[in-house]
Amino acid sequence: METKIAVTKTTTSSVESTTKMGMKNLSVFYGKFRAVAEINLTVQSNKITAIIGPSGCGKSTLLRSFNRMNDLTTSARMDGEILLDGENINAPGVDVVDVRRRVGMVFQRPNPFPKSIYDNVAFGPRLYGIRTRSDLNEIVEKSLRQSALWDEVKDKLHQSGLSLSGGQQQRLCIARALAVEPEVILMDEPASALDPISTLRIEELMHDLVKDYTIIIVTHNMQQAARVSDYTAMMMIDDQRAGRMIEFNETNVIFTNPKDKRTEDYVTGRFG
Amino acid sequence: MTTTRFQELIAKNGAAHLRGRKITNGIMLTITGLLTLMALIPLFWIVGYVIYRGGSTINLDFFTQSARPLGMAGGGVLFSIEGTAVITILACLFAIPPGVLAAFYVARNPNTPLGVALRFGTDVLAGVPSIVMGLFIYALIVAPTKHYSAWAGGLALAILMLPTIIRTTEEMLKLVPHTLREGSLGLGAPEWKTSLSVMFPAALNGIVTGFLLAIARSVGETAPLLFTALGNEQYDLGTIIRGGVQVHQSVFTIIGRIINQPVDSLPLTLWKYAQQPYPERIDQSWGVALVLMIFVLLIEIVARLWVESRKRALQG
Repeated sequence: METKIAVTKTTTSSVESTTKMGMKNLSVFYGKFRAVAEINLTVQSNKITAIIGPSGCGKSTLLRSFNRMNDLTTSARMDGEILLDGENINAPGVDVVDVRRRVGMVFQRPNPFPKSIYDNVAFGPRLYGIRTRSDLNEIVEKSLRQSALWDEVKDKLHQSGLSLSGGQQQRLCIARALAVEPEVILMDEPASALDPISTLRIEELMHDLVKDYTIIIVTHNMQQAARVSDYTAMMMIDDQRAGRMIEFNETNVIFTNPKDKRTEDYVTGRFG
Repeated sequence: MTTTRFQELIAKNGAAHLRGRKITNGIMLTITGLLTLMALIPLFWIVGYVIYRGGSTINLDFFTQSARPLGMAGGGVLFSIEGTAVITILACLFAIPPGVLAAFYVARNPNTPLGVALRFGTDVLAGVPSIVMGLFIYALIVAPTKHYSAWAGGLALAILMLPTIIRTTEEMLKLVPHTLREGSLGLGAPEWKTSLSVMFPAALNGIVTGFLLAIARSVGETAPLLFTALGNEQYDLGTIIRGGVQVHQSVFTIIGRIINQPVDSLPLTLWKYAQQPYPERIDQSWGVALVLMIFVLLIEIVARLWVESRKRALQG
């Protein structure tokens, strides 16, 4: 039986889209093991690009390459080019701190710092030397409004971020990422630890944010990929257990008319 | 409805078996209960006896006056309470900053040569008898400076505290979820900033508990102080400070005089008084034992209250 997932997605924004990021022949190694092999893809600005595929196929590793978070794993090594506005950020001499400001990240589990809501959002701006109270107030309010959390927390900005519910914590983490005005936001299964209502709110939020930002999301949930994304990259493990991208296209093509048999099997639920 | 073989067996033996089980249970419960009582006896005996012997000696004078010569009634142990405070504060100053920084290093770099050496070193240090610390500081500080001093005592206790501080801080840092660290680094924060303003606050409860455990242990130590702080029944902070202020000495000179002379501490006084053949000194040594116990108890209570209040503040 073949059950195709309905793609209800319409083009997210009318803003003109250009190439924002890209990968040229990117491979990621953990020691001698090649976890991700020879990835080539482009990410369009003001669009949502989803990375899907079975567990362990290197989705998260690929996502973490976009802002060089893999550098934090001691044994990890990256070969190939990672392009941000046409410039290779996987080159010696590139300031990783600057890359991470321009390419922000939201994690699978909400990870607010054990600080007040205000201090969580102000953490990033303070890192970059913004100290004036009025400037910080403005950034905090703007970021919390963007992440649709302001109305819920405006009266308790100085309470601990950990006092919020899971969904609110995740929106706080999104606000924290937005506060340093990144150009690209990476989301590693941002809703997998949340209930359906909170998930819906995060998806609506992504829909709003993509007007101003470029979003790359890893998700296990194919309906979610179909609902929110404009482009989809399908990954799968090869014989050497290295993750490869087997298909990359507009989301509606991936879900309705995939070129690769394996993609079709996966998106229709006949895989594994 | 047919009965199965299992149901038949239960019907035949069940009642007797259940009775047997209840008897066994009763016997085991009695044995474990009795042994628990036996384990509690020393605890309550010690606490009770110290309160019984020491309680009668303790009054306000005991905390506010210094020792009086033998034969004179009254007097207190203010000198050794002050000495304990001075030595403990010095020990914290010497041990906490390097201990915490070392723990950060080990937690982040467990497999570098320095990290391995540090972990091995703290394990060994934790097993070194405390009197050896005293001897070491004697050779290193007391002999070259040619006098006993509070800061030599503080240093000896600091070495004693180091392993506890390093290990608990390291364990607490390891308990902080790594996603928190990544969250900070993902915003572009440098490693030192992440450690200082994310990891440290997240682990602070446990770290401070570690400090207090280390302090509670070192407060009761006698051996490391025998040849470092020595003892000094004339020690009185009030006299030193008043005297210094009267002749317009600088703060640093006064602090220097406070830490540069031999001092007593509660366990040291206890040990010395208990050896003397005079009944009033023996009674006072019980009083000192009680004061020491109360101090340790207070430290524990403060630690718990603090951790609880921070938990509440964090979870809102």
